[in-house]
Amino acid sequence: MLLIPCPWCGPRDEREFRYGGQAHIAYPADPSALGDEAWADYLFMRDNPAGRHAERWFHGSGCRAWCDVERDTVDYTVTGSCTTGAHPAGGPDTGPCTSPYCVRRAVPSTGGTR
Amino acid sequence: MPALPAAEPPAPPPHGRLWRSPEPRPAYDVLVVGSGGHGLATAYYLAAEHGIADVAVLERGWLAGGNMARNTAIIRSNYLWDASAGIYEHALTLWEGLEDALGRDLHFSQRGVLNLAHSTHDVRESVRRVNANRLNGIDAEWLGPDEVAKLVPILDTGAHTRHPVLGATYQPRAGIADHDLVAWGFAAEADRLGVDLVQGCEVTGFLRSGGKVRGVRTTRGDIAAGAVALCAAGRTSVLTETLGMRLPLQSHPLQALVTPLLEPVLDTVVMSNAVHVYVSQAPKGELVLGAGIDGYNGYGQRGSPRTVEDQIAAAVELYPVFAHAEALRTWAGTVDVAPDASPVIGPTPFEGLYINCGWGTGGYKATPGVGHVLADTVANGRPHPLAEPFGLERFTTGALVDEHGAAAVAH
Repeated sequence: MLLIPCPWCGPRDEREFRYGGQAHIAYPADPSALGDEAWADYLFMRDNPAGRHAERWFHGSGCRAWCDVERDTVDYTVTGSCTTGAHPAGGPDTGPCTSPYCVRRAVPSTGGTR
Repeated sequence: MPALPAAEPPAPPPHGRLWRSPEPRPAYDVLVVGSGGHGLATAYYLAAEHGIADVAVLERGWLAGGNMARNTAIIRSNYLWDASAGIYEHALTLWEGLEDALGRDLHFSQRGVLNLAHSTHDVRESVRRVNANRLNGIDAEWLGPDEVAKLVPILDTGAHTRHPVLGATYQPRAGIADHDLVAWGFAAEADRLGVDLVQGCEVTGFLRSGGKVRGVRTTRGDIAAGAVALCAAGRTSVLTETLGMRLPLQSHPLQALVTPLLEPVLDTVVMSNAVHVYVSQAPKGELVLGAGIDGYNGYGQRGSPRTVEDQIAAAVELYPVFAHAEALRTWAGTVDVAPDASPVIGPTPFEGLYINCGWGTGGYKATPGVGHVLADTVANGRPHPLAEPFGLERFTTGALVDEHGAAAVAH
């Protein structure tokens, strides 16, 4: 069972959450300019690493907010969680991440595995 | 791909063994990556039907130790769309002759499969699927609750349940076959025809010249090949990542459980998409129950207890007698799920590289069918007609084959 640290509610049981797939997928800036291949990439292609994965979780039975979680897909260790979009992949941070479980802070892992 | 005979017929396997365990040679006509059912069947049909026996099947672990050892052994072909009906019914037809073709007992049992409907919407979708199946020549019937109760007396068909049984689709020709015997049957016959089955040999990358794949890098050295066919299921993305090739796949844990041996109580297969449980009773007597996938990506070959809890809760509600049973063992495989719940089969942008993946929760039933179709695709360097609708390009053209209704979690 995963123990997922919600930035707002603290560590909670996986059952309270819904998985939202890969994090940091931005909606196309100019959708009408997108060709078929770019649409296919946006809609269907996702990272599928065996290892660290940045992913979205929705705390549906708690604060009903999304967060960005970093988790290992092989041993299921949760490294931490951040407020949504605070650390977009490949881009500059969009603002302060207020999560006490922020993966960029040098804090020990609070997330658990089963 | 020219059909080249093996240089010399291989020596038979040592006494008591079903296949040899040869060292990999430096080059083959065809390399198949992954010795699950799909990989073994592909190698078998390459040798048996196309005269291409200079083939090695490379396996990172042990033979048929991945999803082929972890599925719930269910076989059926009652999918909605014509493309799916084509390939799944092709597979079922091959299943019906497979014990003869491989010359061994596979415990293939056409005991029928019911897919329960629990809501008005389920009923409409199910009846539509029955009609679509019939138009494609697939045996399918719609059963009312009374008929379901006759076939499955232990099922609670009362109106008071949380998920009332409003009817079911029924495919009499569907059933189960012993997955280990199927794997060993394909392996032994492929070996006999000259195919090298190489276990403990993990593919770590590809040999390339420009846009062509010329072989693979492995933990036991480089191996050259005229063609490489990936049958790696949940680990396909890990392989194609080394080529910078993105696939529309997500690898998820898929769990199942088994009870101790019980008296016979169920002589058919019953599935329910709505409550995420599907069950059959194996010949020895254990109940085999499959669950839905765990929602998150995971390569750990284990999932969360919550999924099993939900599965057991649904099973006990539907079959009150199961409250007497115990869960002996639970386990998980890693399944590669595509956005439209249909497989991806065929050539890739890399010449010489073929993929067979995206079968998600339902690859086992297709084993002989996809092996047959993929072998033909590799042997002729073009998609087999039954594979054409399942090419990678469908995610660009938008011609998806949406089988979420027929597949759902309970493939």
